[in-house]
Order: sequence, then structure tokens, then C-alpha cells
Amino acid sequence: MLELKHLVKSFGEHIAVDKVGFSLNKGEVLGFLGPNGAGKSTTMRMVAGVIEPDQGDVLISGHSIITAPREAQRRLGFLPEGAPLYPDMTPVEFLNFMATAYDLDRAERKRAIDRVIADARIANVASRRNATLSKGYRRRVGLAGALLNDPDVLVLDEPTDGLDPVQKRAVRALIARMAPEKAILISTHTLEEVPAMCNRAIIIDRGKIVADGTPESLASQSPGGLEETFITLAGTAEADAA
Amino acid sequence: MSQWFKDTLTGAHASYARELRAYFATPLAYVFIAIFLMMLGFFTWEASRFFDTGAADLEPFFYWHPWLYMIFLPALSMRLWSDEAASGTSELLMSLPVSITGLAIGKLLAAWTVALVTLLLTFPMWLTVNYLGAPDNTAIFLSYFMSLIMAGAYLAIGAAVSSLVSSQVLAYVVGVVAAFIFTAAGWPMVLGAVSNALGTGIGEVVATFSFLTHFETAERGVLELRSLLYFIGVIALWIALNVLWVSQRRSGAR
Repeated sequence: MLELKHLVKSFGEHIAVDKVGFSLNKGEVLGFLGPNGAGKSTTMRMVAGVIEPDQGDVLISGHSIITAPREAQRRLGFLPEGAPLYPDMTPVEFLNFMATAYDLDRAERKRAIDRVIADARIANVASRRNATLSKGYRRRVGLAGALLNDPDVLVLDEPTDGLDPVQKRAVRALIARMAPEKAILISTHTLEEVPAMCNRAIIIDRGKIVADGTPESLASQSPGGLEETFITLAGTAEADAA
Repeated sequence: MSQWFKDTLTGAHASYARELRAYFATPLAYVFIAIFLMMLGFFTWEASRFFDTGAADLEPFFYWHPWLYMIFLPALSMRLWSDEAASGTSELLMSLPVSITGLAIGKLLAAWTVALVTLLLTFPMWLTVNYLGAPDNTAIFLSYFMSLIMAGAYLAIGAAVSSLVSSQVLAYVVGVVAAFIFTAAGWPMVLGAVSNALGTGIGEVVATFSFLTHFETAERGVLELRSLLYFIGVIALWIALNVLWVSQRRSGAR
């Protein structure tokens, strides 16, 4: 459903993403791990068509983000880093705006908005201004927006960042519920939630993929489990700097 | 191609609805309309001495339009793209299956609608001249029409400028400077200086690019097709620049 081919992106001299490629099938929930600045967000932005890669391509349900970007984007739900929202809108107005952009017709729109409000559990804040919402609610409103067009591929940049444990569990449950029908790419800092949320994990360091496997297989590579594997594979940049 | 057209229409629809809401959800549109009307009234009555002209027409009123647009319209357009960049919502916007051209058109039309509402609210001026005398209402309508088209040109410049920066203040300042260049090119003072320095030929060329020159005939209620086409051309050019600058950001120049 989602295929990344040899993605390369540099900003000036700095190579942010260096030949990243993998494919993701229906039912897979991929945890995209890596230290800050490893190229996670840049990769996800390229998948979403927000920035263009220098080289390589992304296929979403067979549609290239380079040659048929709108077709690809129609099948994609994207939650950008920090879940940006228009502060002057209410969640319902925001979802209506998204529905217009996805060109949903009237009947579909009503159904889709009711569905994502229930899924993201935002009914009680649906008519409050986004600006007044807590961080956790904002993230869920952003998530609701990403789910609105019932996409084949979901790209979520740190969906659980800043949520309390109860909210985290709710988001994990939501992802688990959707997983069988979609291909989901999630970036996260919180290694503990990877085994609970993902059935595959990729570790990226300085723009390159350094590990790819199930959370269990990555954890079994070091006696200290996933965290130690992560530090061994991706902690070198920090060690070099120190 | 037809799919592109559809994605453009969808984008224009979505961004128009959102931006128009944003103008009226915040005090921005109301404050803009109130202050603009106040200033326009002040200049028409005090500076142009509307009553002393002794003629029942709106020439002293339309005279001020380019100048006030130059100062005020960038305040409407400054937030259109810079706000998206500052709040990060541009990322969301760029991930939607709509064309950038559509988004640019929708945003411009939303700001243009606020300008239209403002112009409509100057109706007491029109009532006044009709009460005082028998003005040529067709001419007045034409002046209004050209003024609205010219407002679109100012807004297109401001919108494009706002896509270059991620600060509203900067977008406003640069927008006013750009608007000033297009306005003042036809100002006798600037025109005289240019003609003296570079010859009358160059002076005339500069004058043909001025909003003042093109609006001058419209102030008297004469519709010149040449001027109408000029303003429409300016709008199209700046929408194209706007789209180009937003796409450039997408290819990740920074």
C-alpha cells in the first residue's frame, strides 16, 4: 500500500534523508524510530507530498507522489508534527474544511465527520475554539482530520506526544482498531509504546535506515531490550558529538 | 487536465470558505472595515472638501481609493500565507489533494470579498450625492467596479508577498512597499523625476504600469478596456508568482 523508493533529501550541505526505502502492507503498523534530527519528520513530509524529494519516489496505493500527487494524497491521512490546527476554528469547522478539501459530498461529509468525532473521542470539545483546547485534545482533533477521508495509508508524526497515559491508551486502541484495513506509519520517541502499538519497527539514524524488524526481534538483539538496541544503533551521533 | 481543474476548484472552494470565516471570526475584518471607512470619509470630506467642489459626483471620493488601498489592503492580505507558515498549518495544507493554484485563488477571493463588503458600505456617499443633485449613476457604478478590480490587484500583490515570509508584520511592510511602487509610478512627483532623469519616453512607460494612471479615467466614470485588462493582467501575474513561491517552498529550498 505504501512504498518508499530510495528517498533522498538534503538541505544545503546537510543530507537529511539518505536513500530511505521500504514498503508497508495493509495491516502493518510501522514504528519509525530515531533520535532527534535523524530524518523522521523529513521522510514523513515527503511521503505526504509536503516537500519534494531530491531523488526517489513514494507510491501510495500505486499512485506516485511525484507524478500523480493529488491521486496519492486522496488516499493518505497525515498528522504533521505538533498537530498544527487553525486556532480560530472549532473542531467541527476544521473537519468541515478538511471535508471540503477532500471533496466529500454532503451525505458522505456528515457521516465522515460523525465517525471521526466518535473515533477520536472529541465530541465534548467539538464546538470549542481550537485555540482553547489542551495539547491532548488538539492532537486528537488533528488525528480526526487525518482519518476523515478513510485513507489507505496513515502517516502520523508523533501522535502520542504530550498525551497523558489515558489518552495514549485511547490513541493506541484507535490505531489497533484501524490497523487491519490500513498501512500505518508512526514516528515516536517513546520506545515503551512501540511493542504495544506496532508490529514492525524501523530505526533511522542520520538519514539512513539502520534496523528493520519486528519490535521483538529488535529487542532481542541486545540484552537490554529495545532501548539498548536503539542506543547501540542510533546513539552514535550523540557519542560522536560528546 | 480536467482533474487539475477540479482539484483547483476544490482547493479554491475550501480555502475561500476557511479564509472568509477567519476574517469574520476574528475582529480583523470589522476593524479593517471600520477604520477604512473612517479614513475614506475623512479624506473625502476634509482633504478633498467634498461640499466645496459644487459638483454632484464622487470624483473627490474615488480619488483617494488607490492611496488608501495601498496602506490598508496589505493589512488584509498579510496573514494569508505567512500565518500558515508560522502556525505550521501550511504542512497540513500541502498534504491535501488540492492544487496550490486553487488555494491561492481561494485566499485572494476571500480577502477580495472583505474589500467588496467595505466598498458596499460606502453607500451613504452615493446616497448623499443623489440627495444633493442628479449625478450620473452609471458613471458612479463604473468607478465602483474599477475600484473593486483595482483592490483585487493590490490584494494579489499582498498575498504573493505574504507567501515569501513567515511573519505578518514583514508581509505587511513589504506589501505596502510593493503596493507603493505600483501606485506611485504614476504620481506626478515620481513621474516628473523619472522623466527628467531617463527621458520622457521612459517616463511614459513607467506611467503605463501605474495603478494611478489606470484608475484616473475610471475616477471620472469612464471605463477603459485597456485599464481593465491591465488590472486583470496584474492580478493573474501575481497569482502566478504566488503559486510559484509556494511551490518553491515545497521543493524545500530552505
